[in-house]
Amino acid sequence: MHIWIRRQLSRRGLLSGGVVAAGGAMLAALAGERHATAQTPPAHTGHAGHGVTAPQHHGHGHMLTVGEVDNTRNGFDPTAMLTDWERGTVSRLPDGSTLRTFEVIAEDKEIEIAPGIFFPAWTYNGRVPGPTLRATEGERLRIVFKNNSSHMHTMHFHGIHSARMDGIPGAGEVSPGGEFVYEFDAQPFGCHLYHCHSTPLKRHIHKGMYGAFIIDPDPARHPEHAAVARSRLLGTPENKEWQELVMVMNGFDTNFDNENETYAVNTIAHHFAKHPIRIDRARPVRIYLVNILEFDLINSFHLHANFFDYYDHGTTLTPTLRTVDTVMQCQAQRGILEFTYQNHETGLYMFHAHQSEFAELGWMGMFDVVGATA
Amino acid sequence: MSKTAQTPSDPAAPVGGFVRLLWFFVPLLALIGAMVWLVGSTWLKAFDTGAPPVEKITFERTILDGNGIHVVVRAGGSEPITIAQVQVDEAYWTFRQDPPGPLDRLSSAWIHIPYPWVLGEKHEIKVVTKTGTTFKKEIEVAVATPQAQLTVLQPQALLGAFVGIVPVVIGMLFYPALRGFGRQRLNFVLALTVGLLVFLFIDSLKEALEFGLKTASAFQGIALVIVVAAIAFLVLLVVGRRHGTPTGLALATYIALGIGLHNFGEGLAIGAAFAAGVAGLGVFLVLGFTLHNVTEGIGVVAPLVDDRPSLPVFAGLALLAGAPAIPGIWLGSVSYAPQWAALALAIGAGAILQVIIEVGDYLRRNAARHGESWISPSTLAGLIVGVGVMYVTAMLVKV
Repeated sequence: MHIWIRRQLSRRGLLSGGVVAAGGAMLAALAGERHATAQTPPAHTGHAGHGVTAPQHHGHGHMLTVGEVDNTRNGFDPTAMLTDWERGTVSRLPDGSTLRTFEVIAEDKEIEIAPGIFFPAWTYNGRVPGPTLRATEGERLRIVFKNNSSHMHTMHFHGIHSARMDGIPGAGEVSPGGEFVYEFDAQPFGCHLYHCHSTPLKRHIHKGMYGAFIIDPDPARHPEHAAVARSRLLGTPENKEWQELVMVMNGFDTNFDNENETYAVNTIAHHFAKHPIRIDRARPVRIYLVNILEFDLINSFHLHANFFDYYDHGTTLTPTLRTVDTVMQCQAQRGILEFTYQNHETGLYMFHAHQSEFAELGWMGMFDVVGATA
Repeated sequence: MSKTAQTPSDPAAPVGGFVRLLWFFVPLLALIGAMVWLVGSTWLKAFDTGAPPVEKITFERTILDGNGIHVVVRAGGSEPITIAQVQVDEAYWTFRQDPPGPLDRLSSAWIHIPYPWVLGEKHEIKVVTKTGTTFKKEIEVAVATPQAQLTVLQPQALLGAFVGIVPVVIGMLFYPALRGFGRQRLNFVLALTVGLLVFLFIDSLKEALEFGLKTASAFQGIALVIVVAAIAFLVLLVVGRRHGTPTGLALATYIALGIGLHNFGEGLAIGAAFAAGVAGLGVFLVLGFTLHNVTEGIGVVAPLVDDRPSLPVFAGLALLAGAPAIPGIWLGSVSYAPQWAALALAIGAGAILQVIIEVGDYLRRNAARHGESWISPSTLAGLIVGVGVMYVTAMLVKV
């Protein structure tokens, strides 16, 4: 009896060993693919033969959502959002200064946040994240906020303004059907954000009420770094040299258990893994990065095969961190990343949160670096 | 009444039959009418609060192999459920649903996930539906699900024989000794049989209910188990008493059948533990099962002391009582849906209840024939020893 049990156990051991070997092979294949993507077309991971019909994407093997989000039905496209600056309407005030007016409408809207997963969002202008409001330092800003949603909402700007304009309960909170006009000067320059500050705060944020708020520096006010300031100022020839992208790091708690089921930049899980961002290798890249992730303490951005300079909050014209490839942000922290692929081969370069869990639940993407090789 | 209906002097009878038939259709028509009206009307919309539909997904089978993880899910919602994405260990993973599309209430589908699972470690599968609701399945210890191959089936059969047939045969070897027993000692052995059957009944019912709780909610696991056990009990009782209350070989056969069904369930449990990797199947555990089941052999032969059955009869009884452990282990190890295990164990519980009644009745009649009460020190001792021995030896096998 001892003998047959031992035989049985050893046979099981062999069987299991075989499985370990097979599992190991899978991992090796996945890892191999990850390293090989820049040079070669995607390799099969060795076990596709059993009928997995999902399309293979670069760099992540089978670690991916299945299917595509209907951006048309959502009414917004994460790729378009990267460069979609809301500039409002400009007019002159009696004293000759510039008045910039934005219109924002809050509305309830069901959005598809990963292929096939629908989320009952609260939105600014029907999109999550809300419009990227972009102004210039020193302008007078007027934000006309209408609430067509079923709940109370506000717009709380991270910037400098009076208590009356803070956008919290008791100061600029708008009931359903109501309207409020926030007014303040655009300062300080930098990469900022706005979000709803109605209570319960957690829910109002994670339901989708947030957006980027960028104030470009006025070169005239920064003679010592005028060139840098000009490169930041939207519309200048120096600025046109740059490839500017806005990335709002967010996530969604689809089953309302105070944990996120999906993570992303610009809402759609794995969007930029399936639709790499085209980058011209000859021109530098500037990312306005905002973290508004709820429930998790921190978020991060990690760039593969490259290093960047970082401007925390974007409120300086010289980097606050030089030559890093990973930056960490707590909720509402934001900053500007600057880097170039000038001396790189063309190909696919990954970027993702370096919380592996976030990456695997949707927060990862690729840059498709193109252009003539040097 | 039927006699009256057949007499030709009663002309109203056929008309009465026709009218009665008509009255049988009236309630049916009323029911159909009510249903049609309900479907066609809109007043139920008053109860529509705009809340998302209730969704429920039950995981029935889990198979791990060289291609990854495969699970069978069964839907149980108020509306068809659409599986949007699948996470494994908090990572979205590609998957293939077979058949694809929304899952109607009570329909099931395979989810194939090419995930490189790790031997001996824990994994968690999370299905995310269209509404963002999640359903979790934990794989406590990942091991390859045994395939139905000869190299695996053969040692499993040997294991089944060891926990099923061998102990029953050993128990049966007490038969010559039992034949020499006086009436008091024989009553003791019969009471001991009742005691062991009571233990097996409790065990089977408990296991059946546990499996019942794992089934999709629409199957109403607990009601299913109780109803099936009751039906099995009544059917066997009626069948067994076609030619009077069973005694001798007939009674022994029913005992063997009940014990056999229990051993089938025990086999399922061993096989499942095997497949789930939760039990390292040591020599000690196998010995425990062997010891635990020896008493069953005594129970089977106890009613046979007045007969002198041939050797093939003994062999047949031993196989009936012990051999079901073998297919039990086979089925248990290849992952099966919980409702089948619940059904098998519920039938077993019903069968055991039937033999408890019959052996008890046999004991009572024996005592009555000698003008005694069935409650005597020896029967009481037998009952207690029977349950007690089963309980204590079960300690060896409960992990």
